Amino acid sequence: MSEPLVEFDDVLTRYEPVIGLETHVELGTESKMFCGCATTFGAEPNTQTCPVCLGLPGSLPVANAAAVESTIRIGLALGCRIASWSRFARKNYFYPDIPKGFQTSQYDEPLCTAGHLDVEVDGETYRVEIERVHLEEDTGKNLHVGGATGRIHGADHSLVDFNRAGIPLVEIVTRPVPGAGAKAPEVARAYVTELREIIQTLGASDVRMEQGSLRCDVNTSLAPTGSLEWGTRTETKNVNSLRSVERAVRYEMRRQAAVLDAGGRVLQETRHLHEDTGSTSPGRSKEEATDYRYFPEPDLVPLAPDAEWVEKLAAGLPELPAARRTRLQQEWGLSATEMTWLVNAGALGLVERTVAAGASPADARKWWLGELARRSNDAGVELTELAVTPAQVAELTALVAEGTVNDKLARQALDGVLAGEGDPRAVVQARGLAVMGESDELGAAVDAAIAGAPDVVAKVRGGKVQALGALVGAVMRTTRGQADAATVKRMLEERVLGG
Amino acid sequence: MSSEPTPDTAAHPALDRQDIAHLARLARLAVTDEELDRFAGQLGAVLDAVAQVQRADVADVVPTTHAVPLTNVLRADVATPSLPRDAVLAGAPAAEDDRFRVPRILGEEA
Amino acid sequence: MSDLTALSVVELQQALSAGETTSVEVTRAHLDRIAAEDGALGAYLHVDGEAALRRAGEIDAAGTAGTGLAGIPVALKDVFVTEGVPTTSGSRILEGWRPPYDATVARRLKDAGTVLLGKTNMDEFAMGSSTENSAYGPTRNPWDHDRIPGGSSGGSSAAVAGRLAPFALGTDTGGSIRQPAAVTGLVGHKPTYGSVSRYGLIAFSSSLDQAGPMARTVLDAALLHEAIGGHDPRDSTSIDAPVPTVVEAARRGAGGDLAGLRVGVVRELGGDGAREGYDAGVLERVAEAVALLEGAGAEVREVSCPSFGLALPAYYLIAPSEASSNLARFEGMRFGIRVGDDGTRDIDEVMALTREQGFGPEVKRRIILGTYALSAGYYDAYYGQAQKVRTLIDRDFTAAFDDDVDVLVSPTSPTVAWPIGARVDDPLAMYAADLCTLPASLAGVPAISVPCGLSEGLPVGLQVMAPALADDRCYRVAAAVEAALGAPLTDRLAERAA
Repeated sequence: MSEPLVEFDDVLTRYEPVIGLETHVELGTESKMFCGCATTFGAEPNTQTCPVCLGLPGSLPVANAAAVESTIRIGLALGCRIASWSRFARKNYFYPDIPKGFQTSQYDEPLCTAGHLDVEVDGETYRVEIERVHLEEDTGKNLHVGGATGRIHGADHSLVDFNRAGIPLVEIVTRPVPGAGAKAPEVARAYVTELREIIQTLGASDVRMEQGSLRCDVNTSLAPTGSLEWGTRTETKNVNSLRSVERAVRYEMRRQAAVLDAGGRVLQETRHLHEDTGSTSPGRSKEEATDYRYFPEPDLVPLAPDAEWVEKLAAGLPELPAARRTRLQQEWGLSATEMTWLVNAGALGLVERTVAAGASPADARKWWLGELARRSNDAGVELTELAVTPAQVAELTALVAEGTVNDKLARQALDGVLAGEGDPRAVVQARGLAVMGESDELGAAVDAAIAGAPDVVAKVRGGKVQALGALVGAVMRTTRGQADAATVKRMLEERVLGG
Repeated sequence: MSSEPTPDTAAHPALDRQDIAHLARLARLAVTDEELDRFAGQLGAVLDAVAQVQRADVADVVPTTHAVPLTNVLRADVATPSLPRDAVLAGAPAAEDDRFRVPRILGEEA
Repeated sequence: MSDLTALSVVELQQALSAGETTSVEVTRAHLDRIAAEDGALGAYLHVDGEAALRRAGEIDAAGTAGTGLAGIPVALKDVFVTEGVPTTSGSRILEGWRPPYDATVARRLKDAGTVLLGKTNMDEFAMGSSTENSAYGPTRNPWDHDRIPGGSSGGSSAAVAGRLAPFALGTDTGGSIRQPAAVTGLVGHKPTYGSVSRYGLIAFSSSLDQAGPMARTVLDAALLHEAIGGHDPRDSTSIDAPVPTVVEAARRGAGGDLAGLRVGVVRELGGDGAREGYDAGVLERVAEAVALLEGAGAEVREVSCPSFGLALPAYYLIAPSEASSNLARFEGMRFGIRVGDDGTRDIDEVMALTREQGFGPEVKRRIILGTYALSAGYYDAYYGQAQKVRTLIDRDFTAAFDDDVDVLVSPTSPTVAWPIGARVDDPLAMYAADLCTLPASLAGVPAISVPCGLSEGLPVGLQVMAPALADDRCYRVAAAVEAALGAPLTDRLAERAA
């Protein structure tokens, strides 16, 4: 992109950013929002469709109870007020992936309103206010044919698959978030990260950004520092990873600053993020402002969740990520900083499960943030992608604690586990990694060390007991580290100094 | 549209040719010039008639959007068989690669 | 057997179960009559005689003919989707479309063992009161071929009145069952909104559309009503309540005793000071029918429903608004015709051309009006205001039914059938035909039209309205009127032809 950009740090000297996020989450229901079609990802085109989700004449919608409940649960997890009266509305517009000529959505009567989500960036807590959480349906998918790269521009025609059409979609809209300053890009990312974790914890969706089950539109505006009015915002679509959320805000801040610096006006427009460059470009501007002609959907009756229903859903909520972090931090006696490291490393759940499998919190943390972090780094994979389970890590710590292996041997045992040789205990057995106890073999090694270093023996006998260390080292070398150093030292003392 | 409506009186903006053309575009109707003329006249008369609703005293009246007093009509989240794809595409004006074929789209990237 | 097409459904049931005839014979008799008469009438859009006879043969073979509705032929308005059977909703835009599924009511009739004779003509997308708005040509009134058969269910009314079907299904959004029934001398009932499934009924105005029966006698209509009524989990607005016992009510009403029944004559619908636009003959027949009710023991009084006068403007905002959205799916991408896709035009142009050529003028007018009424800045003044007026109309009904009366009566149509072509270029004149039927539509309450004599040699209908879910009252009162008048009005049409 050839657009002028201002250096990021420079932006903050003159402007204050305001961000806002609209997040769409495809719910992980068995069936679609308004019909019984399955929702399996990656199914053959148009095999999960019926008169309802194809918008055939005469068909009628019936709302999915699980989708409504998931939406209310998400609302509750975000501290929202759950509406006692809520309605679906028709959002009317023409597009080939919209089978009915309208999208069934919610307009002025959403299911959940007025919540918030606190996110932490560099030890600072930012409150993101949630304006609304509403339920709607996903669109079909267009495949563009005849263009250069399957893109819409220059395409000759398009092909539409309606498998995705009608999958329940929850839209979570924040209020504008001012005051994040230079941290705005990270706050945006932290918000989506936390939201994703909450929804995952609720089991409402698999929230896989790469598969599109969580999609973000990121709004960004700039105002001159100290200004009472906010600037014109752009809406960046196509933001398909956590990293991109951060990059989209960063890029728009830099680009808008350049526009404003040049005395220009930021256009209220939709922009598209390019994952490869991290830049955004304007979408096609529409000839006329869209008029969606919203009105209450007459084919669906109102949703009126009563207190009993909402309370039942609230009582069934699992422990949410923030509460869990606080609890674990206390249980494990960690400082806030230590906890942040653990969370940022993506190791919290792994450590928790390792502790659950019997390891001490300290050992579990040491392994996941130390040796295992190193290995994942070297392999360029996530911690969760390593071929070792928390239970296996717990077993490693147990082997060390009981003295079966030392740290070095434990790392060798890990090699075996990662190589698919089985659980740690089996690897130790198979590879013969157990620490060498007081045995004839070890006795022979001790005797050989004594025989091989008469000068050292003489020094020790002469009172320089610390010289014994050289003999211990020699035994450890001949046993390739497999002996237990304390045992070796005791045997040497017995044999050099006598009983 | 030419002016804002004034709901408290029976006054309302007339629909001229330009308004009809705008509404037709919004509704994806490629109306002809002849139709624009005819519709402008006919709809003007209709609009005069329907604008009578603005005479009603509806202070504190709740709108009726449904003629049935039902709420929370929901179905269990159970997957049921979809249509066979052949049946799905049989009625399509054009199909290709098991999908509905549509003319090129001049819109936003989705 | 004598002419099988002259028999009522009840008589056909008796003949079939007594083994005096077969479903094949009954079906063939109707197909023969269709072949002879429908060229002039234009009641049917689609008839598959072979399929109908095959189906009738199956019913005969199964030995169920005469049990319930098994073996009885029926016609469906072309607004109901029927699996594998062409369904157009009277529109060019659906030409050639064969739906991959059945409407719930079509399925229920199939399950009941009825034989589908064919799909009947209608105003395009049910928008009209004369069936002149069909893309496939007008239907004519069997009483006078130069006159309209009413609409939008004019194909069904002409078919049943002309004995091209024993009975038929219609749909009623603002009067589309009752008005065509009235002007062709039939019984037509619009059930309580939500009591008959709308699944598979091609939507015109979702919050108003209801399917219902059209027949030559009250009892026949009740039999068809019971066969299609009841809860459908595929329709969110479907009421989960037992079907009102309309057959029993029709039988009871035929006894002619209405003692204790309180009947309200709606002043605003043809009463004192509200007679402009009403045929004098229509008002006379209706007054006579009211006198018959009184003679049967009913207490009659006049009732004022002041908001009914706003029903027409409210309806002509609500229905077009919902229609503008319901008809958005007809854009030539997934089903139906597509126009102008020659590789040079983009999708918006193809959609607009398809809709321009696929829709007729009345549909386009209503789409434009509805688009306007819903558009930003106008919603509150038009659509929103109309929905509030709807509440006022509902309150008028509630007040009347709570305090004063069991049923309300009025003319069904202010006039008898008018000459074909008389109102086509004057939408407002056409809309005025719905004056009396709109209030019940907007309130979602049941209403029946029952023949109450002739004016200028043409049928007149009495409308009987009842509270929601009290459809049985409509049938009871209608049956009493029918009994008091003697033979079904359509018998006179048959006599005239003979």
